[in-house]
Amino acid sequence: MAKMQSSLRNMVLSLTLISVGASASLGFVYELTKSPIEISMLNRKLEAIKQVVPAFTNDPNEEMFRLPTGEGDSLDVYPAKNGEEIVGYAVRSYTNNGFSGFISFAVGFTPDGNIYNITILEHKETPGLGTKMVPDGTPEKPEFKDQFKGKNPAAFTLKVKKDGGQVDAITAATISSRAYCEGVQRAYNTLEKGGLI
Amino acid sequence: MNQMQNFTKGFLKENPILVLVLGTCPTLATTSSAVNGLGMGMATTFVLIGSNVVIALMKNIIPDKVRIPAFIVVIATFVTIVDLVMQAYVPALYVTLGIFIPLIVVNCIVLGRAEAYASKNTVWSSFVDGAGMGIGFTLALGVLGAVREILGGGSIFGFKFIEGDAILVFILAPGAFIALGYMIAVVNRINKKA
Repeated sequence: MAKMQSSLRNMVLSLTLISVGASASLGFVYELTKSPIEISMLNRKLEAIKQVVPAFTNDPNEEMFRLPTGEGDSLDVYPAKNGEEIVGYAVRSYTNNGFSGFISFAVGFTPDGNIYNITILEHKETPGLGTKMVPDGTPEKPEFKDQFKGKNPAAFTLKVKKDGGQVDAITAATISSRAYCEGVQRAYNTLEKGGLI
Repeated sequence: MNQMQNFTKGFLKENPILVLVLGTCPTLATTSSAVNGLGMGMATTFVLIGSNVVIALMKNIIPDKVRIPAFIVVIATFVTIVDLVMQAYVPALYVTLGIFIPLIVVNCIVLGRAEAYASKNTVWSSFVDGAGMGIGFTLALGVLGAVREILGGGSIFGFKFIEGDAILVFILAPGAFIALGYMIAVVNRINKKA
């Protein structure tokens, strides 16, 4: 078959044909991957909630509600229940002040207001420096986030020591540490304002 | 040139990163660990093979004047497929590579092979060319990622063998340039000898 001439008719025809083919195949792949994507996103969410609150028996995702932060937006709160008793709240919090901007967290509180655990959902911090806020430590070798566990932000000032608080900042990652404190504080303030703790 | 040479030319002789120096942006940005480098390499390989084959199939029905938009539509389709599939089946890798997956669309290697090779050759040799170039790209990214992970993080494939910090600069952007520079020098030397 000879190469098509670049006449207007041919160009329109060929681009239309290609676009239709592309759309059709994309639609097909989209349908195919739609439910796996939803499942994997839901699993990530549930996994994060499981990490930050005590063991629960309900479906926190079903009972999710939103609480205003008082700063013009709202955070998602996932209540964790064991039977009928509330054992904790997982709050999806955020900060825009990370070293590379946006960081989102799941922060878990027990009903008395103590931090149970924290996990990072999204971040773009510097590998090797700011990323040290992610891992869980062991009792012998605690990591940055272990100092938050079991603390109540009412008594534990969520600021790095440089700013007059009680948090040991990550070496060479003070900005990330500050942002971390801010995100956790936002989760606490929101729950407090909502009258849940 | 037989198919074997066609296949292996992407490894060293015409390696897209180390000799042609195309697509350095995702190369520098995603190689902070060996796994990320390999993941990015494989995603790009899939796009390269797919777009090379489809473009070689359609080269006669694409008029010259609109070939670039036509190529880009084909490439973007494959990239979106990779994006969706990775999101569905390897969410962890998808989260780390993030924006660099959709950015494969503008990776010079993919358009470069479409324009320079697939639009002039048969389907089979375009497939071989795409596979060879993709493997060359993956190898370069994997090695670069491994070097940076070993020197910068003291670990390999996530397995830590040095306690604490290593030479942090290698994980950061400047380390990517330094490591890539040395790799290019070594490959130039090898190619000169051969």
